[in-house]
Amino acid sequence: MKVSFFSTCLVDQLFPQVGASAVRLLRRLGVEVDCDPRQTCCGQPAFNTGYASEARKVVSHFIRVYRDVETIVVPSGSCAAMIKCHMLDIFPEGSPQYQEVVAIASRTFELSDFLVSELGVVETGARFSGTVTYHDSCHQLRELGISEQPRTLIRGVEGIQFVEMKNSTRCCGFGGTFSVKFPDISAELGRDKLRWIQESKAEYVIANDVSCLMHLDGLLKRERIPVETMHLAELLVK
Amino acid sequence: MNRIKIDVASALADRRLQATLFPALQRSVESRDEAVSEVENWEELRDYGRRVKLHTLEKLPFYLEKLEKNVVGHGGKVLWAESGEDAVRMILTIARERAVRKVVKSKTMLGEEIHLNQGLLKGGLEVIETDLGEYIVQLCDEMPSHIVTPALHKSRHDVAELFEAKLGMEPTDDVAKLTLTARNVLRRHFLEADLGISGVNFGVAETGTIVVVENEGNARLSTSLPRVHIALMGIEKVIPRTVDLSVLLKLLTRSATGQRLTSYVNLISGPKREGELDGPEEFFLILVDNGRSQIYEDQFLRQTLTCIRCGACQNICPVFQRLGGHAYGTVYQGPIGSILTPQMFPIAAVEEHPFASSLCGACEETCPVKIEIPKILLRLRQQVQEARNHGIQRFRPERIGMLMWAWVVSSSRRYAIASRWLRRLQSVLFRNGRFRPAVPPVSAWQKDRDVPGLAPKRFREYRESEGAEH
Ligand code: SF4
Repeated sequence: MKVSFFSTCLVDQLFPQVGASAVRLLRRLGVEVDCDPRQTCCGQPAFNTGYASEARKVVSHFIRVYRDVETIVVPSGSCAAMIKCHMLDIFPEGSPQYQEVVAIASRTFELSDFLVSELGVVETGARFSGTVTYHDSCHQLRELGISEQPRTLIRGVEGIQFVEMKNSTRCCGFGGTFSVKFPDISAELGRDKLRWIQESKAEYVIANDVSCLMHLDGLLKRERIPVETMHLAELLVK
Repeated sequence: MNRIKIDVASALADRRLQATLFPALQRSVESRDEAVSEVENWEELRDYGRRVKLHTLEKLPFYLEKLEKNVVGHGGKVLWAESGEDAVRMILTIARERAVRKVVKSKTMLGEEIHLNQGLLKGGLEVIETDLGEYIVQLCDEMPSHIVTPALHKSRHDVAELFEAKLGMEPTDDVAKLTLTARNVLRRHFLEADLGISGVNFGVAETGTIVVVENEGNARLSTSLPRVHIALMGIEKVIPRTVDLSVLLKLLTRSATGQRLTSYVNLISGPKREGELDGPEEFFLILVDNGRSQIYEDQFLRQTLTCIRCGACQNICPVFQRLGGHAYGTVYQGPIGSILTPQMFPIAAVEEHPFASSLCGACEETCPVKIEIPKILLRLRQQVQEARNHGIQRFRPERIGMLMWAWVVSSSRRYAIASRWLRRLQSVLFRNGRFRPAVPPVSAWQKDRDVPGLAPKRFREYRESEGAEH
């Protein structure tokens, strides 16, 4: 099995260790991984802020990079949803890129979904002693319907303590440019989440989106709360 | 044009609101979830509801005319109001011609939308809200803060204080006593009123029946005791058949209050007939457009009009759970408000509203008629940005930023170069999770949150340094 790994721009720029973990994980499971050096971003920041033609520009580049690829794996529910659901809003039926976008959308997988649904993986061979809880990122949960796959993988880690927090499916408040357009609400919603994380007594909060984790981590650090954030891929290669 | 800003600061600073709002809404969400879990084919019902409403919209003129014909057949009168002002004027005329002095109203969001109370007061009429929540809100001269529970922002304690001040009630915190007091006051008004005004949840075209759903019995009294009844109905509230009603009622009551059925479901077909003891002598149905046919124009946005006003999207919305209704400054608030209001008014007047969402999608997930609220918000965001692309606004920092960003990330070469330059910039400005000095949007981010900062090495270089083969 051969896949092309789209790291996403946030991982590329801010959290390269997450991308590296995901690639290591895939290789460990016998997947051949290619990372196209031309990759940049899925266009979501512009699209979600209402800048349609800017989003179109970025998505066009994405299409140029990924048009001939068999399988694309993305370590982010949000970017996977952008590719699988929203690129079709940008290039709807009737536009010249439509066919390519449909093909790309059907070949794109969010990482945990790829591992569980495509490869049938339950245990990745990871070992970790610590108490973790899982935050459902919104687009992964509601646009892609992925909820069990990451939990299956977490439970498959040897020695781990997995606890569900209250309201794990409630938005962490990040919301892309929402986080800077309405920073006070965004932070308030994040603090709600921190409360539930703390109540769960978890030492680590796991998610599949570095965007949520970046927001939560920024709040945790500012509030000096001793809980660490970790991307699922990082946990699964421990 | 008055621009409506969302007042985040006051809402978040309101201790009382913050303490009561979220738990109250969570309770609503829980009862909704429980009521829904009892229905095995809930998803099918949602699909059916959505289909029926979309179908009706497609043939809107046909069904409205059918409804009109059947209402007239029952001896009712039907009036068509293009705007809110038209509707208010019609009601005032009816009232004047019949020497009406006192009006009792049961809950109608459309009435709020067209500022009916103010209009009636100006016309010299006495107006009494009879839904307990609306009555409370009216006593404090406020707007409803939720489309189903208008006094959501009031605690029991607030209400006790209010009744003490306005109704001269003995101090108490007992809900039963509070309700009884309101009931006694309202009873008198019911008996004295000459005109009753109600909203409409559904208008069944096939039978010419209007349906009013409620829990307190006040709508039944408002629509049957006074000698004239006027029902205000948005044109999108028409549905084809009684069978459809059975599904939509289920969707509505379970989503709105978690009830299998509300305590009262009033089916009203015209005025009192010969030989009947109860009911008004005259019945008017006013069909109000007020911007709705404008929404109707767009094939995609049209689904906004399928809303059955259950308020479930408000209950579950994280942003609404923190802000409450008043912060939005509009009659319809929260997710439904943020898609409806910008389509009814010039969008520039409420340009913040489509952005006041993290696009988490909880609203769409709960909506009984599956309105694609996040997608609609995205579309409206595009409209806002397009509307801003004139004059000096074209050079707004956000747009310049987006243009530059898109130019950079749509080329791998430019992206690589920019990555290097940003790292150089960061090495000068970034210390301990903060940028100094910081400009927007970084300043907005780091007010409450540390900034992670760009990694010294990008993903590719990082892997190379780890010794990974390409
Ligand atoms: S948009 Fe949907 S959930 Fe919100 S009030 Fe309307 S019907 Fe209810």
